[in-house]
Amino acid sequence: MTAGVLSVESGRQPGAASLPPVITTTHPENGNTSVHTFVRELGQDVAAEVNHATPIAGEADARLVGVPGEPRAERLYRRMRFIRRFEQSLLDLFERGLLNGTTHACIGQEADAVAVIEHLGDDDHVFSNHRCHGHFLARTGDALGLMAEIMGKPEGVCGGIGGSQHLCAPGFMSNGVQGGIVPNAAGIALAKQLDGSTGLSVVFIGDGTLGEGATYETLNLASLWRLPLVVVLEDNEWAQSTPSSANLAGSIRDRFTAFGLGVFEIDSTDVEELDAVAERALAQARTREGPVAIVIHTYRLCHHSKNDDNRPADEVAARWELDPIEVHGRRLGVSARAAIDTEVESALQDVIDRALAL
Amino acid sequence: MIAARSMGDALRAALNEDDRVILLGEDIVDPYGGAFKVTRGLSTDFPDRVRSTPISEGAIAGLCAGLALSGYRPIAEIMFGDFLTLCFDQIVNHIAKYEAMYNGKVTCPVIIRTPSGGGRGYGPTHSQSLEKHFFGVPHLRVVASSLVHDPADVLRVLLTQDSPVLLIEHKLLYPLHQMLPSGGRIDGDIAEVHVPADGLPTVSIRPVPREDCSFTVLAYGYQAELARRVLSRLAVEEEIFGELVIPSQISPPDWEPIDASVNVTRSLLVIEEGVGGFTWGSEVAARISSRFFGELRRPVATAASDPTVIPSSKVREADMLMTSERVEKAIRKVAA
Repeated sequence: MTAGVLSVESGRQPGAASLPPVITTTHPENGNTSVHTFVRELGQDVAAEVNHATPIAGEADARLVGVPGEPRAERLYRRMRFIRRFEQSLLDLFERGLLNGTTHACIGQEADAVAVIEHLGDDDHVFSNHRCHGHFLARTGDALGLMAEIMGKPEGVCGGIGGSQHLCAPGFMSNGVQGGIVPNAAGIALAKQLDGSTGLSVVFIGDGTLGEGATYETLNLASLWRLPLVVVLEDNEWAQSTPSSANLAGSIRDRFTAFGLGVFEIDSTDVEELDAVAERALAQARTREGPVAIVIHTYRLCHHSKNDDNRPADEVAARWELDPIEVHGRRLGVSARAAIDTEVESALQDVIDRALAL
Repeated sequence: MIAARSMGDALRAALNEDDRVILLGEDIVDPYGGAFKVTRGLSTDFPDRVRSTPISEGAIAGLCAGLALSGYRPIAEIMFGDFLTLCFDQIVNHIAKYEAMYNGKVTCPVIIRTPSGGGRGYGPTHSQSLEKHFFGVPHLRVVASSLVHDPADVLRVLLTQDSPVLLIEHKLLYPLHQMLPSGGRIDGDIAEVHVPADGLPTVSIRPVPREDCSFTVLAYGYQAELARRVLSRLAVEEEIFGELVIPSQISPPDWEPIDASVNVTRSLLVIEEGVGGFTWGSEVAARISSRFFGELRRPVATAASDPTVIPSSKVREADMLMTSERVEKAIRKVAA
C-alpha cells in the first residue's frame, strides 16, 4: 500500500444500500490517488488493488473534477468536458435502451455551471431545476452517484427514487417544478441569515421559469429581507419548444431590477468570461446587502429532453460555432487538451461500467 | 380559555422551547396580531422569529420549505384556508415530497396553520373548508384543532416529529372555550383518549357506556362541537345515546379508536363541513364498510355541505352549510 493520507469510507449515503468499503490513499507529494476495495470473502477482508482511481457514490474522481495543481484553464476545460461527455453518454445509454424515464441535457450550457460553482464553498447551497446534471456534477463531482441514480439503482444519490431531476447531495438539491424552487432557495437563504452564516443560497432557473409567479413573490421577499440569495438565470432562448419571443415580454434584466436586485448580465458561452462575472456577482452577494441575479444569455445545443427538437436547424448549427467546449478548448495546447479528453473518457467509462454492474 | 388564546399560548410555548421555531404569515405581527388575533403579542417578544410577509402565500410556503430543509421548524399562518390553493404546488410537489423523493436524506417539517370554515358570512372565497383536497397526499398529515384537544400538546408532538403538517383551525372555534378531558370526563360525559404511537390523540365522548350507545358519530373541528351539543341534548331530553369520536389527525386517520367504537355500535355517521362528494366521509365509509362488511346495522352515513359556492347571505349560507340543524337531522337518521 502506498504511503500517504489514508481515508476509509463506508461508501454509503444515508439510506442507500451498502457498498464494499473502500480505502483511498493519496500520495503526499504528487497527489495521485489509488483505491483499494475490500471484498468480503470467507469471513476475511481481502484487499484488491484497482488500477485506476475508481470513485464510489458520494466521491469525486480527480480525472473528472480537476487534478491537484493543474492550471486553471485546464481545470475549467476538464470540468466542462466532464459534464458534456456525461450528458452525451446518457443520451447514448437511452438510445441503447439502458435507461428508463427521461433526461434534460445541458449540452451547450456547461460553462454556466462550471463558472458559477467555481466560486462556491461548503457553506453555500445550490438549488437546481430539471436541467440539473451540470450543476450537480460541478457541485459534487459525484458522477457514479448520479449515473446510478439515473439508472434507477439503489446506490444512486437518491436511491433511484429521484431520478434525473430530483437530486440531493450535501449543499445541493434539485426539483422538477420550475418556479417553486425559487422560494425554497430563498428559505435556505433565510436560514443562512438567521444562522449568521456567511454562506449563499444559489438557485439556477431558466428563461421559461420567468413565466411562473412564485418567482416574483420570492424576488420581492428576498429583496425586502435582504436575503443572501443568488438567482442564476440561464436564458437559453427556448422554453421547451417555445421561443423566448413567444414567451417573454419586456426585458429579463428589468424583471430583476424592478425588485431591487443587483443584476450581472452576460451574453457569452466563454467560461473565462462567465467565471469573471460570477466572481464579481458572488462577491457582491457576500456583502450581504441583498440578493443578486446573474443573467446568462446562452443556448441549449441539444433537444429539450430526448428527440424533441423542432428548432430551425440553421439556428442550432450557428450556435454550435459558440460551443463552450470549443471556445475555451482552443486556448489549451493540443496535447494538454487531448490528455484531458482521454482522462475524462476513461474515468467516465469506469463510471458507466461500475454503475451498470451495480 | 378560548381556543384562539390557547393556540396563541401554544405558539408562544413553541417559540420559547425551541429556537428553531419561526412564524411567518400575513399581518401576524403586532399590534394587529393576525386576522384572527392568534399571534397577538408574539412578534413583540420574538421580533426576529415572528415575521409578517407580503401577500405571497406560495412564497410563504416555499420559504418555510427552505427553512425546514435547513433544520428550522417553520410554522406558517395562511390567513384564510381558502388561500391554501395558492400553496398547493409547494405543499404537494415540494414540502410533502422532499423527504421521500430524496430517499430520506432530508426532512421538511413545515407546519401550515390556517383558519378555515364558514358561518361568518364571508362568502365564497373566505369561508371554505378546502382540506379535503389535501387528504391522502402522501407524506402529509392533516390535523384539525378542536375544543377537546389542547393545541399546546398537539404542537409539542408535531414539533418533535418531522412530517409536514396542515393544521386546520375552524374560525368559529376561536372564541369558544376549550373543553379538555379531565378525570376521564368532558362536561359530565365519559371521555376516552386514545393516543397512538405517533402521539396525536383521538377523544371519544359518550354519555353512557359504549355498549349502550346505538351509533357512532365521527367528526372533527367545529362540526365535532356542533355534534357534541346535539348529542348531549338528545341524551338528556330523549335518551338517544351515541358516541362521538373526535380525531386530532384527520388524514391519514388513526383507525383504531374509530374501529373500537364501530365494533360495538355497528353504526357510523361521518360529518364534515367541506362540500359533499369525494370527501373524508366517503374514504371513511369505504374503509369501515370493508372492515365491518356484513356486521353493520346500516350503511355508513355521511353528511357534508352542499357542493356549491358558499353564499355571503346569512340565510343562503345556512341553507347549504352543515349547520347545527343539519347535524341534528343527520344524527336522528342514524339514531332511528
